[in-house]
Amino acid sequence: MESRRNPRAVVDPKVRQVGFFTSSQPDSSSTQQQQQQTDPIPASASSPPVSTISPSGNSLSPVMIPPPRLNSSDTFPLRGAAAGASSAVSPSSFSYSNRRDFPDGSTTASPGRHSRGSFVKSSTPVASSLPGIGMDSMAAAKSSSVPASGLTTVSVATMPPGLAEKASGMEVQSDQKKNSKPLKEKTTKAERRAIQEAQRAAKAAAKADGGKVPPGTSASVASTSVKVAKPAKPSTQKNEVSVAAGVTEKKGGPSEKDRKKDAPHPRMQYDDESRVVKAKRRAVVKQTEAKNRVELFRHLPQYEHGTQLPDLETKFFQLDPMHPAVYKVGLQYLSGDISGGNARCIAMLQAFQEVVKDYSTPPEKNLNRDMTAKISSYVSFLIECRPLSISMGNAIRFVKNRIAKLPITLSESEAKAALQSDIERFINDKIIGADMVIVKHAVTKIRDGDVLLTYGSPTAVEMILLHAHELKKKFRVLVVDSRPKLEGQLLLRRLIKRGISCTYTHINAISYIMHEVTKVFLGASSVLSNGTVYSRVGTACVAMVASAFRVPVLVCCEAYKFHERVQLDSICSNELGDPNAISKVHGREDINYLDGLTNNANLQFLNLMYDATPSDYISMIITDYGMVPPTSVPVIVREYQKEHLLV
Amino acid sequence: MDFQVVILAGGFSSNLVPLVSKEVPKALLPVANRPVLSYVLDLLESNNLKDLIVVVEGEDAALKVGGWISSACVDRLHVEVAAVAENVGTAGALRAIAHHLTANDILIVSGDIVSDIPPGAVAATHRRHDAAVTVMLCAQPVSGPSESGGSGGKDKTKKPACEDIVGLDSWKQFLLYIAKGTEIKKDTRVNKSILCAAGKMELRSDLMDSHIYAFKRSVLQEVLDQKPAFRSLKQDVLPYLVRTQLRSDVSSDQNNVEENGNGKNNMQNNEVVLSQVLSNASLPSFHQVYESGLDSRKTHKCCVYIADESKYFVRLNSIQAFMDVNRDVIGDANHLSGYSFSAHHNIVHPSAELGSKTTVGPHCMLGEGSQVGDKCSVKRSVIGRHCRIGSNVKIVNSVVMDHATIGDGCSIQGSVICSNAQLQERVTLRDCQVEAGYIVCAGGEHKGETFARK
Repeated sequence: MESRRNPRAVVDPKVRQVGFFTSSQPDSSSTQQQQQQTDPIPASASSPPVSTISPSGNSLSPVMIPPPRLNSSDTFPLRGAAAGASSAVSPSSFSYSNRRDFPDGSTTASPGRHSRGSFVKSSTPVASSLPGIGMDSMAAAKSSSVPASGLTTVSVATMPPGLAEKASGMEVQSDQKKNSKPLKEKTTKAERRAIQEAQRAAKAAAKADGGKVPPGTSASVASTSVKVAKPAKPSTQKNEVSVAAGVTEKKGGPSEKDRKKDAPHPRMQYDDESRVVKAKRRAVVKQTEAKNRVELFRHLPQYEHGTQLPDLETKFFQLDPMHPAVYKVGLQYLSGDISGGNARCIAMLQAFQEVVKDYSTPPEKNLNRDMTAKISSYVSFLIECRPLSISMGNAIRFVKNRIAKLPITLSESEAKAALQSDIERFINDKIIGADMVIVKHAVTKIRDGDVLLTYGSPTAVEMILLHAHELKKKFRVLVVDSRPKLEGQLLLRRLIKRGISCTYTHINAISYIMHEVTKVFLGASSVLSNGTVYSRVGTACVAMVASAFRVPVLVCCEAYKFHERVQLDSICSNELGDPNAISKVHGREDINYLDGLTNNANLQFLNLMYDATPSDYISMIITDYGMVPPTSVPVIVREYQKEHLLV
Repeated sequence: MDFQVVILAGGFSSNLVPLVSKEVPKALLPVANRPVLSYVLDLLESNNLKDLIVVVEGEDAALKVGGWISSACVDRLHVEVAAVAENVGTAGALRAIAHHLTANDILIVSGDIVSDIPPGAVAATHRRHDAAVTVMLCAQPVSGPSESGGSGGKDKTKKPACEDIVGLDSWKQFLLYIAKGTEIKKDTRVNKSILCAAGKMELRSDLMDSHIYAFKRSVLQEVLDQKPAFRSLKQDVLPYLVRTQLRSDVSSDQNNVEENGNGKNNMQNNEVVLSQVLSNASLPSFHQVYESGLDSRKTHKCCVYIADESKYFVRLNSIQAFMDVNRDVIGDANHLSGYSFSAHHNIVHPSAELGSKTTVGPHCMLGEGSQVGDKCSVKRSVIGRHCRIGSNVKIVNSVVMDHATIGDGCSIQGSVICSNAQLQERVTLRDCQVEAGYIVCAGGEHKGETFARK
């Protein structure tokens, strides 16, 4: 089906440009436009609250110095106090307080020392151990023969910012407020503005040092703050400054905000080298570009898949600002443990729920803005793990909108609760609920004696089939599958377990088995506003064969996956999978027919993930708003999208 | 990242007998003039793990280790030391500190490893699979002085053929079987249900358990509570978890899907669908397939992370390993030592004094304030601080610890001289170990002996 459209697209490049958004023209972009581009959510509808605010907040580095050093001072008095009691219980804990006469023990100005000072004071004669007096005796009773032992803090260090934030909530904040006040006064708003303008100008002038400016500033600011805070021993101070600088450097892009600002555009043109270099510099995931790429798909990101996962894994503890839940989801995307539009979207939203739950607003910051920045930085991390699907883009847009629309009068806990329930509502209503409605509609189309064909493993279709089976309808299912993912096998396994009679075949045989099929049910990654169905690669082929055989093609797609974009081919926007997946069979090194050719410069692997099915081949789209012809998609997008995502 | 790190820094090791003693616990054994524990701490610190719990057997040892840590790592790390009774084993040690463990997952690191494998990788694998336990495996190190040739002797004869035998699934993600190589005499039993479920098992003897584990806290604590007889993590707990992975008794806590439970009935329904969608999305591991095949069976996953072969890893658990580590840290794996090497690939402290015509070869280290007499030759050896070495001394492939005194005309090969030991004139040692403070009489010629006070 694509062959009909291809000539046009190739002959006249302007047609291809219709597929893109205007903002993605790389050369003529003004700085303002760049700002919009870097916003991971492309659509203009969402950007006003986000992108107009964020630039002003972006390079306010004084505010975003993580002042972690003071935190420990709040935690340890508590600990020491608890220790006083616990030492009586745990016989094996012993005291270090008298050993604490190292030469540097007298300087109490530096935060690290300060904390220790207070700590020693509160528990001078007794040993210190973790709080847990009650549990001490309990555990001792439980553990047979082994006496419980107390812990002794022998070395106190400045805690990493993330941990410290969690450990000591509000007190720390007040403390930090004190600390950051003087900094605030030093730079007025106008000055900051000027600095920011200068930075932006510099960035526009010399693209090359774009990524490097923020770490420098933040590090220097951090160092000044350290200096302001404590005129301590020079050696330790230097040490800590270097640590602080090291931490910011290590993270790749320094802080979340900067990362957000520079986040790669979801539809970045990867054949534009300067942009790719820039994106790479701030990437968390090490991305090695694959060498042999198919000419037509150069603009899509393609990486050497082998290197990413191990590299990201080794950085597990070094990505401080990353929330563990987000990190886990990212790893699962990268390793392919989670795939499928709905599942990815749900996993992401659940991770964001965790983020919201553990969130506490840093001092001097606004929840709405800071949370948006945080979410954006997480999103850019997820994009590095795997490009977003359109459904995820919509979900992110929803979350950001909810954050932006939070009334300013709400307290933090209320705001968090509201957000969590919003996200949950989105999952329940727009994804699960939508599937239920789709099932209800679609089941009416299944009659006794039907032979239904499905391709891959779409969630909605699976639910339809199972429900129809529960209603005792007599039908047969043809599961069509394709390499390399072989998702159909999983569906097949589940269907057979329920006792549905199935036939399993690969897509190569589609034209032979289409004779007996009465209806084709397909899933979709997205439905675009010209009715094009954007789905797992191979869907277009199935739909086209079906329409050639005059078999109705029903596409099941939740309305949250609809997008106002128009796309005519599957070239301009697509995703490239692991090229090794098609050249090798995983787990079977003995089946390796292309061995020795993989590094040949004349051989290029193309593992496309999606394709676009033109609306001509689709009889009906089943959504949560009912069964509609593909031509009605723009109506739904126009009428409901607003209500749907922006409410 | 919600991980707690526990370093099991042991106490006393019978394998290392003349080297370790009451004064020098195993954790403080010097490797290139730094305690071995410092390598672990450095590794963790470079991975941004700064909240550590160090468990030491015995009060005295704990006091010493704690004292050293507080002097060395103050301001950098937040370390807490726990003393546990001696001879409780690794599992017993964890039992004793169990009430301090609060994070979801626990990373357990042996205190005697010298390595540059990032522990984050284990943690990430653990998280990704939501495993009960994740074990880091690494390639078996080339033991013995294969390239230097000098020593060997008795250690060469008892070179372990294979330390561990591990069974992996075909994706090399899950651990199906583990046993100590020495335990297996003739035949061994493999759990049939695991073999059936996994379909295929790869038995390997070239991998070694690295004693870096990530445990789910709930699982670990439950096992420790249920099985009071378990003494060792590696020999009891880990094989138990691997054996029972398809008939799990431990309550691997429910999927993280819920916890937003304010809605009731129709929410419940939604949640079922939700978890179904999520689980359907991924390729099921054989655990899930097995679980779905038999109702009401619970499983837990035992994962492995196989370290890259290019990474360096040695456990300091024998005298031979001690020699190897010392050699490698100033030789092949010198990025671990943290020192900067001179142009001659050696480290001679500026305050060390060398006599005339004395040569210090490459891959050598000479500590602060040591004195070496005339016409000496030092090759591939580590010499500690404030040692006094006479004239015409030959030291090859050896480790001389702090404050040792070596008389004129000695020849030392492949030996360990502990701190404060004294060698009188013209002693010839080959593959010997001299205990701390021991005095070797003049003129003796010894081979493969251990000098220790009875």
